[in-house]
Amino acid sequence: MSEQTTNPVGKSVPRVDAYDKVTGAAAFTDDLQFGPGLLFGRAVRSPYPHALIKRLDVGPALELRGVKAVVTGADTPGFIGLYLKDRHIFCTDRVRYVGDPVAGVVAASEEIAEEAARRVVVEYEELPAVLDPLQAIQPDAPLLHPDLGSYDVVPFIFPQPGTNISNVFRVRKGDVEGAWAQCDAVVADTYRVPHIQHVPIEPHVAIARWDLSGEVTLWSSTQSPFAQRDLIAHTLGISQGDMRVIGNYIGGGFGSKAGVSMEALAVAMARQVPGRPVKVRMTREEEFYCCFVRQGLVARVKIGGTKEGRILALQVEYYWDAGAYTEYGVNITRAAGYSSTGPYNIPNVKTDSYCLYTNHPVGGPMRGFGMPEIHWSIEQSVDQLAEALAIDPVAFRQRNCVQGGDVIVTGMTMHPHGLSECIERVAQRIDWGKKEVPSAPHKRRGKGVAACWKAPAMPPNPGSEAWVRFNEDATVSVGVGGQELGQGAFTVAAQVAAEALGIPYEWVRIANPVDTKYSPYEWQTVASRITWSMGNAVKAAAEDARRQILEIVARYWDQDPGDLDIRGGEVVSSKSEQSLSLRNLVVYGLPLPDDQGWIGGPIIGRGKFMPTYVTGLDPETGQGARAVVHYTTGAQAAEVEVDLETGRVELLCIAAAYDVGKAINPEQVHAQLEGGVVQGASSALLEALTFQDGRPVNASFVDYRIMTAVDAPQRILTDFVEVPQDDGPWGARGVGEHPMIATAPAIANAIYDALGIRFNDLPLTAEKIYLALQGA
Amino acid sequence: MANHAITVTVNGVKERVDVPSNMTLLEMLRQRLALTGAKNGCGAGECGACTVLLDGEPVNACMVLAAEVDGAAVVTVEGLAQDGQLSAVQQAFVEEGGVQCGFCTPGMLISAHALLQRNPRPTEDEIREALVGNLCRCTGYTRIVRAVQKAAQGGVE
Repeated sequence: MSEQTTNPVGKSVPRVDAYDKVTGAAAFTDDLQFGPGLLFGRAVRSPYPHALIKRLDVGPALELRGVKAVVTGADTPGFIGLYLKDRHIFCTDRVRYVGDPVAGVVAASEEIAEEAARRVVVEYEELPAVLDPLQAIQPDAPLLHPDLGSYDVVPFIFPQPGTNISNVFRVRKGDVEGAWAQCDAVVADTYRVPHIQHVPIEPHVAIARWDLSGEVTLWSSTQSPFAQRDLIAHTLGISQGDMRVIGNYIGGGFGSKAGVSMEALAVAMARQVPGRPVKVRMTREEEFYCCFVRQGLVARVKIGGTKEGRILALQVEYYWDAGAYTEYGVNITRAAGYSSTGPYNIPNVKTDSYCLYTNHPVGGPMRGFGMPEIHWSIEQSVDQLAEALAIDPVAFRQRNCVQGGDVIVTGMTMHPHGLSECIERVAQRIDWGKKEVPSAPHKRRGKGVAACWKAPAMPPNPGSEAWVRFNEDATVSVGVGGQELGQGAFTVAAQVAAEALGIPYEWVRIANPVDTKYSPYEWQTVASRITWSMGNAVKAAAEDARRQILEIVARYWDQDPGDLDIRGGEVVSSKSEQSLSLRNLVVYGLPLPDDQGWIGGPIIGRGKFMPTYVTGLDPETGQGARAVVHYTTGAQAAEVEVDLETGRVELLCIAAAYDVGKAINPEQVHAQLEGGVVQGASSALLEALTFQDGRPVNASFVDYRIMTAVDAPQRILTDFVEVPQDDGPWGARGVGEHPMIATAPAIANAIYDALGIRFNDLPLTAEKIYLALQGA
Repeated sequence: MANHAITVTVNGVKERVDVPSNMTLLEMLRQRLALTGAKNGCGAGECGACTVLLDGEPVNACMVLAAEVDGAAVVTVEGLAQDGQLSAVQQAFVEEGGVQCGFCTPGMLISAHALLQRNPRPTEDEIREALVGNLCRCTGYTRIVRAVQKAAQGGVE
């Protein structure tokens, strides 16, 4: 405790978890030791994208020495899902993607489990597969979910029984058809985004144990301990009170570890072997297609504007390749719909966003939750329109970008924010408007810009809870239910608690791992909502504790609590100039004069936060008073150099600026932006999960490349502005997902500037660019 | 499965371990010696999360059989700090924000440590080249590179 950082909000204090993580001490789920009783589970997975299960014989697996149990769909008849309960834990009668789990074996070792999984006999009857969203929406397409109409669903998701459409979100605003005639230019195009994978370096892992007492414990690498508790307990008929989820540090999530994916397999397997922990660990191959993938998208965009530079009308159709189950992905479709204009003020909008079942892996949440996918089309379309109107793309964005007070696409009034300044800053950072000389005659340089917005996509009422508890020496344990997946949530929580209590940052300890039995509630660590929502809960808990302390000391000093404050870990009085250390008093209280008893006692502060103001939207028009809690906005600019002989794109510089409301920890904001830019750049240039007849063919790090230290851009210029959020802690709003959103379209716009070729489909591989250059 | 009785020095401590023929060095470290710092990210030598020093050279521990390291010296991330003091490269990772989720960090640190051993003053390109086998999905590498530069400027190791 040599360092004493008082008032840490706004300061770049080191991470609370850094020491544990550089020494190897930080415990990830796979690091937990369970002793010799540990068993190992392995899933038997479908080799077909779409088939009926005709016969299943687990006998040969059970005969193998060391096999303890085999579980099948007959053991898990219920449905599971976050927004739409459309999947079984193990398939019952039908498989819908290559990798769909049909059985699980439990054995004494991983090797035996693997061998036993091979011995489970499954006979299938192949069905025609749906491998493209435009095929899925055809009236005669094979139906993936004939029982769609009977699934449980939340009220803001609209499945269309008898079709492959599991949700549709529409916007009808103004008069799009009438507006085209008033446009001086209209451009229309189709853009495609492939499935990609989150690729956390830590694969999914879960260990489950059913105690004979009935308590079920799940240790999992999860962004969502509480959602897992709720969903798994619901599906398996366990009381939430008996279902305990423990979430250690997470080795990267990016959405793949949100909700429930493979964790329920471990719980269902463990039910067969009461008292024994069962570990299920995804291989890297399984990680690529057996948990979540990012949804694919076909986007049809038509956009028009006037020669004065106003965007007048937008018509978009989004066809989401949402995969075999859309229990989580249905809300991506919705988010894409209510944000379908991008960060622009467009008076006439017609949007149809369709969530479509296909026989691809399960589409689920991934960093940006639909926004990187739709901005790929929006931000290129805006550039196309600017060009058709002969207006500079930066000036065109400044002219049309949404301002505080504007009524946006859903009818909600936009809060104050700093998008214009973000656009201006990134343009400056790359010397927008200045033509650069290529480094060689066979190379071309270009610059591009893209703006973006994203709101936390979630139910209207996701809650956060926190507690703050003092130790004898006035150090503080802060209980949170949000997860540390690398983004710095624990560090921010510690800063918030210290600031609100008036104690040094170094006195705060985060009570981890998150354990649903002891930790306060948190809906999920998703949606860039933690700094804002959990931050509010921690702040409230700290203020509650502070109030209790001041009341006790005020009574002790016979003063008014309003005259007291806590500064640097001491209670001080502005009236009497007295001061009192927090040590001991925060646990033992204070003695009354003349040995007349004691006051106070152990201090525990509690706090919560839940937005209460989000309204429903009209299902036909998408209009309502307040669609979302807020938007985080920002912009990126890219400068590229393209090699005409190889098609290779070099990312010379990427500038990023976002309005974070308030940077609780400025260096961590920069770190998030850098990481997001590189993940976005990797998705732009390298990444696509590819399939042959529905089978993934590149599910390894050799065949599915992500950016290495050599590939990543060396010049990443990050910046933020701070227009406060009215209900954020010190004005903060989230920025975890956003830096990935604008990267790919900014690069594509820069490539267009360099080559005059527009690329509509991701990724922008050297091969694709080379072939386009040959054709041009 | 045949067992092999091997002797291996891990982080300066001599260990005698019985290992099956098919056990990897990574499994031995994590399961037999409870050294869980080296991580299993792919099991195929592609991600670098399990990087350890084997007789001074960085290797993917998932690609080495435990039986092969008989008589060798292994250093894992747990062996970088001495007497509770972080090594310069560890300290630089803390100060420069080279850590986010922390899963690639043990392997990154070992690769960075090995680089600075053989090249105390690497250029940025040399640092990036040395870390090419260590995948990171969080940081974008910028702060990791900066941390290695800082450790090098400290005249370390």
